[in-house]
Amino acid sequence: MERDMPTATVHAGEAPEGPPPAVRVRGVVKSFGAGDTKVTVLKGIDLDVRMGELLLLVGESGGGKTTLLSVIAGILDIDAGQLDVLGVPLPQLPGGKKTTFRGRTMGFIFQQFNLLPALTAAENVAVPLLIHGTPKKDAIRRARTMLETVGLGDRTEFVPAKLSGGQQQRVAIARALVSEPRLLICDEPTAALDGENGQKIMAILRDVGRSPGRAVIVVTHDSRIFHFGDRIAELTDGRIVRVHSVPAAHSRGAPGADAASTEPPPAPEESPS
Amino acid sequence: MNYVALKMLFGDRAKYLMLLCGLTFCVMLIVQQGSIFWGLMIWSESGISNLNVQIWVTDPNISQVAEVKPIAPTTVERVRSVPGVEWAVPLYRGVGRARLANGEYHQITLMGLDASTLIGRPAHMEEGRIEDLRTPDAVVVDQWAVERMGGPEVIKVGTIFEINDRKARIVGIAHVQKDFQNIPSVYATFERATAYAPPERRLLSYVLAKARDNEPVEAVTERIAEQTGLGAFTQEEFGWKTIVWVLKNTGIGINFGTTILLGFIVGMAIAGQTFYLFTVENLKQFGALKAMGASTFALARMIILQAFTVGIIGFGIGIGLATLFGTLAASKGQLPFSETWPLLWIVFGSLLAICTFSASISIIKLAKLEPAIVFR
Repeated sequence: MERDMPTATVHAGEAPEGPPPAVRVRGVVKSFGAGDTKVTVLKGIDLDVRMGELLLLVGESGGGKTTLLSVIAGILDIDAGQLDVLGVPLPQLPGGKKTTFRGRTMGFIFQQFNLLPALTAAENVAVPLLIHGTPKKDAIRRARTMLETVGLGDRTEFVPAKLSGGQQQRVAIARALVSEPRLLICDEPTAALDGENGQKIMAILRDVGRSPGRAVIVVTHDSRIFHFGDRIAELTDGRIVRVHSVPAAHSRGAPGADAASTEPPPAPEESPS
Repeated sequence: MNYVALKMLFGDRAKYLMLLCGLTFCVMLIVQQGSIFWGLMIWSESGISNLNVQIWVTDPNISQVAEVKPIAPTTVERVRSVPGVEWAVPLYRGVGRARLANGEYHQITLMGLDASTLIGRPAHMEEGRIEDLRTPDAVVVDQWAVERMGGPEVIKVGTIFEINDRKARIVGIAHVQKDFQNIPSVYATFERATAYAPPERRLLSYVLAKARDNEPVEAVTERIAEQTGLGAFTQEEFGWKTIVWVLKNTGIGINFGTTILLGFIVGMAIAGQTFYLFTVENLKQFGALKAMGASTFALARMIILQAFTVGIIGFGIGIGLATLFGTLAASKGQLPFSETWPLLWIVFGSLLAICTFSASISIIKLAKLEPAIVFR
C-alpha cells in the first residue's frame, strides 16, 4: 500500500511510483490582480496527493496554502500548469460541470465550520445530499447514521448554537463525509478548537484517510496535529519547498501516537530538489 | 433545497420578522390608501351612479356631474326624436338652501325627477315611498341629510321645512351613496324642484335617456350627440369624466399617489435592504453551499423562494389588516373605502416587483460570490 512506502526524496512534491494519485498538480501558477497590483500567489506548484493518505499542507501565513486548496477544489481557476483531480483535468471542465464534479467527489471541512445556524445537526449533515437531489427523508436518515459514526448520535436534533465547538466540527465532518467523497479538503479544521477536541477531530480524519480510495488534504498551522499526517508538504512563498513522510509510528496510531498525543512534529525526511 | 431555504428564512427570526413587517406595512399602506382613494372616486361620481341611467345628455362643455350647465327645455323632445332612444326624461340638479323649523340653514343638492316615471330615483328607501313625491310639497331626503341636518329627531318622515322659502314636506328617506362634497340630497319632482330653484331662463340640467334594447348604448349616445349638438355620455363615460376632473382639479390624486408611491418605495427599501443584509450575513453559508456543489442557479432559486414566501405571507397579513381597518373605520360609510379586486391585483403586482427587486440584488451578490470565501 502506498502509505507504507518508504520515505524517499521526491521531486517537488511528486509521489513516487504507484497507483495514480488522487491529486496531481504540475507547474500550477495562480495570480490575483493585474498590472502593478498583480500578485502571484502560486509560483509553479508540483504536488501529488496519494490515495489513502492524509496530506498535511503547512507553511507560513500568506504562503498560498488556502489558494492551493481552492485551486485543487476547483473553486479558483489556475493561470498556468496542469491539475488532475481523481484523474479528471479539472481546469478543462466548464463551470457547471466543475461544480457538479466538486459536489459529487469532494467534501469540505472549514475552519469556521460554516454550519447553517437554523438547521439541526442532522439537517446540516443532509445538505450535500439535498443539493444533489436526494429525497429529504432519505437524506436525513443517512445524515443521522453519519452523525452516529462521528459520535453525535444523541445530538442529531440540536442546532449548532447548542453544540460545543468540537461537536460542531464533528457535524461538519459528518457533512463532509455523508456523500462519501473521494477527496476530503480541510482548511484549518482544528484552528477553532481546543487541543483535546483538535486531536479527536484529527483522529477521525486520519481514519477517513485510511479508508481505501480516499484522500484527505489538511491545511494547518497546528504543529500538535502533525503526527496525524502521512506526509507533510511545506508551502512557502508560493512554492512547495519540502515534502516529507511522517514516520509510521507517529502517523498510524501506534502507541504514543493516538489522538491525545501532542508530540512535536517529526523532522523532515524528504525535500524537493 | 427548498426545505433548507425555508428553514434559513424562518430560522433567523429577527430578520424574518423585520422583513415581514416591512412588506406587511407596505401592503397595508398601499391597500388602505388605494381603497380610500378609490372610495373617494366612487363618492365623486355618486351623483351619476345613484341615478343609474344609461345615457346623460347635457352641455357639450360640461366637465363633471356637479357642474350644471343648463340646457334648453326643448332638448328632451330632441333627444326623444333620435332613432334608437327608447325614452328620455328631464332632470333638474341644483344647489338650494334648506331652512329648518329651528331656524338652521343647510345647503342641499336639489334633484328634480320626472314626475310620471320618477326615473333617476334612489334605488333604496330607508323609510317612506318614493311614489309619494307626487303628493303636494313632497320631498325625499337621503340618509346623509338626516345625519347632517340635525339627526333623526329633526329630520324624519313628516318633517316640514323650507327650500328657498318654499314649503317642503319629507315623505321618505332614501339610502344613497355619499356625495364627494358631502352635501345632502333632496329629491322632488322636476316641476317642484324647478319651482324651488331660483328663477332663471333655463332650468333643465340634464336629459336622462335609455337606448332601445336592440341598440348598442354607445352607438345611440354618439347619435344623440351628432343630432343634437349636445354632449351625450354613457353612465360610465360620464363617471370617468367626473373622476378625471376631480383628479385634475383637486390634490387628491397627487396626495394619494404620493402616499401610495411612498408606501411602495418604503416597502421596497425595507424589504430590499433587509433581504440584502440577510444574504450578506449568510454569505459564508451560501459560499459553503456553493463549495459543496450547489449551483448559482440553485442558490438563486433558494433566494427567490425565500423572497416570495415572505412576500406572500406579508401580502396576506397586509390585506387582512387593511380590510380590518376598512371594516372597522369605514363600515358606516363615514370613510370612503372601496377595496376592489383590481386594487388587490395591482398591490400583488407591486409586491412581486418588490420581492423581485429584493431577490435580484441578493442574487447579484451571490452570483459574484467566490466559494473561496469559505476558506478565508
